[in-house]
Amino acid sequence: MYDLIVVGGGPAGLAAAWAAWDKGLKKILIVERDRELGGILNQCIHNGFGLHHFKEELTGPEYAGRFASMIRSTGVEVRLDTMVLEVTRDKQVRMVGKATGYREEQARTVVLAMGCRERTRGAIAIPGTRPAGIFTAGAAQRYVNMEGWLPGKRVVILGSGDIGLIMARRMTLEGAKVLACVEVMPYSGGLNRNIVQCLQDFDIPLYLSHTVTEIRGEKRVEQVVVSQVDESRRPIPGTEMVFDCDTLLLSVGLIPENELTRQAGIEMDPRTNGPKVYENMEVSVPGIFACGNVCHVHDLVDYVTSESLRAGEAAAAYVLSGDRAGKTLTVKNGPGVTYTVPQRIRREGVKKNCGIFFRVNRVCRDSEILVTSGETVIAKYSRSHLAPGEMEHIMLPAVLLNKADGEITLSIREAQA
Amino acid sequence: MYDVLIIGCGITGAAAAFMLSKYRLKVGILERENDVAQGATKANSAILHAGYDPEPGTLMAKLNVRGSGLARELCEKLDVPYRQCGSMVLAFSEQEEETLRTLLARGKLSGVPELRVISGDEARALEPGLSAEVTAALLAPTAAICSPWELCLALAETAVKNGAELFLETEVTGLTREAEGWRVSTNRGVYRSRFVVNAAGVFAGDIHDMVSSHSFAMRPSRGEYYLLDKCEGSRINYVLFQCPNENGKGVLAAPTVHGNLIVGPSADTVEGNNTANTAAGMAFVREKALKSVPSIDFRQSIRNFAGVRARTDRGDFIIEFPPDAPGFLDLAGICSPGLSAATAIGEYAVELLGGAGLPLAEKADFVCERHRIRFKELSASQKAELIEKEPAYGRVVCRCETVTEGEILACFRTPIPPRSVDGVKRRVNTGMGRCQGGFCGPRVVELLSRELGVSPGEILQDRADTRILLCRTKGGWEDV
Amino acid sequence: MKELICIVCPNGCHLRVDEEKDYLVTGNSCPRGAEYGKSELMHPVRVVTSTVRCRDAAYPRCPVKTNRPVPKESIRAVMKAMENVTLTAPVRIGDIVIKNICGTGADLVSTRNMEKEN
Repeated sequence: MYDLIVVGGGPAGLAAAWAAWDKGLKKILIVERDRELGGILNQCIHNGFGLHHFKEELTGPEYAGRFASMIRSTGVEVRLDTMVLEVTRDKQVRMVGKATGYREEQARTVVLAMGCRERTRGAIAIPGTRPAGIFTAGAAQRYVNMEGWLPGKRVVILGSGDIGLIMARRMTLEGAKVLACVEVMPYSGGLNRNIVQCLQDFDIPLYLSHTVTEIRGEKRVEQVVVSQVDESRRPIPGTEMVFDCDTLLLSVGLIPENELTRQAGIEMDPRTNGPKVYENMEVSVPGIFACGNVCHVHDLVDYVTSESLRAGEAAAAYVLSGDRAGKTLTVKNGPGVTYTVPQRIRREGVKKNCGIFFRVNRVCRDSEILVTSGETVIAKYSRSHLAPGEMEHIMLPAVLLNKADGEITLSIREAQA
Repeated sequence: MYDVLIIGCGITGAAAAFMLSKYRLKVGILERENDVAQGATKANSAILHAGYDPEPGTLMAKLNVRGSGLARELCEKLDVPYRQCGSMVLAFSEQEEETLRTLLARGKLSGVPELRVISGDEARALEPGLSAEVTAALLAPTAAICSPWELCLALAETAVKNGAELFLETEVTGLTREAEGWRVSTNRGVYRSRFVVNAAGVFAGDIHDMVSSHSFAMRPSRGEYYLLDKCEGSRINYVLFQCPNENGKGVLAAPTVHGNLIVGPSADTVEGNNTANTAAGMAFVREKALKSVPSIDFRQSIRNFAGVRARTDRGDFIIEFPPDAPGFLDLAGICSPGLSAATAIGEYAVELLGGAGLPLAEKADFVCERHRIRFKELSASQKAELIEKEPAYGRVVCRCETVTEGEILACFRTPIPPRSVDGVKRRVNTGMGRCQGGFCGPRVVELLSRELGVSPGEILQDRADTRILLCRTKGGWEDV
Repeated sequence: MKELICIVCPNGCHLRVDEEKDYLVTGNSCPRGAEYGKSELMHPVRVVTSTVRCRDAAYPRCPVKTNRPVPKESIRAVMKAMENVTLTAPVRIGDIVIKNICGTGADLVSTRNMEKEN
């Protein structure tokens, strides 16, 4: 019997296991499907990780390496090259591995940290042929950074998510010609710093409010057609531009990987595509927690870490001091807000502050984030800049939660121009 | 000298090869692509129709009913995914209800069992997701779904096991009549055969015209599809058709044997084998499908594809020896219900060849079985036992479909091993899931590279000349 | 007055730099942002991250970075210099791959452990 089984040995799983160990759990198992710990960070060889958590700027493999050696200094058991097939509601974890075979392990608590996957061409129904040369940005990243192969020489990138932007620079540095980055929304989906240092530094044009409307080429991609779109994201006839290229990279969003979560009958939030969680990252089944990109897609690994540390601490508390009951506040999305994590807050669970992550649905300048309950405004935060591509975060003091009744609503009020 | 050479290894060619391999004959199959099932066989609705749709008396009607039954038997014997889920044709108006009655009458004449018309409410009781607008439905409990490319592969593999020879990447460039039979020129040299079977799908017209006066014209018709994630797979239980019209059976929505939801096809006339998707075609399919089942969530789409129906100007299947080409058998115009009829077409082809003088002596040692391990379908104890014996089954390579390294390695030891990433996909389902190979793609490339003994840079996505990786990093790019 | 986006950290602060007032930076939320705003206009620098060949490891490439920012105009030369290097596993995080790469004063260092594979 394990105190805790962590599903996934990426940044989320590692931080959760570390925190649970730190808080006194002794029998912890991390199950990781890859041959090494660190998850996707191992292929994210660019820097910019760790400024919050380690107070220095690290690359992905360095960040993963730090946590992996922290874990190795504990008694946490790690099972690599092992895939979890099922997690049951009573916390039995079924897994297979080349070395360990088929195993069923019982745990007192489970942390779900399976991360996310990339949206594909099929998800956005791009017309045209289906030749070789269409990659998700993450798959291309693995080929370039780990396997040492360049998947294309003349590249168009659809979507301005961070992985796409990072790959624009990466492939350019390795000698490919990146012809354009195309974004269907009127704003970028990635971090501003990446627009600057990955596109502008290399004179790669960014076409906002544009999309790929046709892929051409029988065997290999030969051309892509890019069109401008209107306010409802419909292509505008007559605006077509044709790019001669051999490769199309897709950076069109990430989706939390929740097959195991759904299988276990855990309540999901259609807005995040992740499980609904309480302030301590516990899901609708007591003793099961979720953290990192499996819950909602993050921009910064540092936030994954802080959220996962909370999940690990909560798993430890669950084992050591039992189930947490009490009155629940529902967190609702008001105007301007697309989702919040957590979706529920147990008043008794909040010590000093309750952190709430959320995203906005449009770019806003000089705005106020309002926390209301009924007609009462219980807290206000001002921000000079908000964008859908950048996850926001507020810390709600516990005392203010006392003013709330049954639910709180987060909304954005933009200053009148 | 071959007894029979079959041109094309789609479902029709594979079925003919399978049926011929029961006899003591020298059989060859010439396929221009690097794998079997590369035309309409891998891009269709995956349905074994009950058989009420074709006009009674046509070859389509006759071979559909027989073929669906035979396919069921062969799927069982050859370990091909198959599920008899039943189908409904939906009516939305009095006029369409009239069509249902016509179909019912046709079906009865063609000998389709258990066919009946039910009310809209009865239909909704069986299929709760149906639109409230549905006024009646023709219920056909014998309709089934299968994996068309696996059926084709299973038939071809079994033919090869029984001595048939498959020549891939071998394209027929000319056919000439000789004293003993036919001289078949290809990009890989000359073959000779007493009989030639034309199963070239959408290219059957081109092959026919090499030997015979132009007697039919191809009218290729493209059908576009959506494939939705497994979370949509349980939205419906039945294959749901709309009333057929001049363009075919109309847009259907159906579960697949792999657990997804398939929606399509459109129908538009194209030049040759044009399998590109179009914005208009996809929009048409979405709109029509939502008429049947308003709750389909197209945000769960994981792939679009299109197939081209090998339709001709004759309407019916063309299964005959052209009068001016003795020993040359056309299996042409095999559009819908081609998958359903394929095995019966193969059987009928043997009958015709026998009638034309091909000696049909049965083999005593004909093998008609095939098994493959589907790891995710095994019980816990079977999984444990298998990994114990072969640890490669303990490594999951494709996480969406839970496909193990053991299954991938096993498919390299089958009679027709894969030559590309998509070849592996068609054999063991890697990359068929919601991430579409984003995760397992690089791992499958690595395994292919190891098994085929070539550099990862040589590995193909699918057909010839579809290399995935263009050059190595670190100085591999001077030619950019 | 120039407006630019700070790339020091993922926050991406919107900076305003006044060239007339000795490159006075506003809009930054940390001292590193002020430093960046000034240097970006005077002599822009970047940390370069890439890979070099690696023998005897699970993967054929080892990730590397310059351990401090290098002038933007030297990025091409730095990339070129990496082509001539092949490491042999084992490699440790922080191992120096090329000292003072291209005379920039920065060292190219490994950013992960590459274990020796048989």
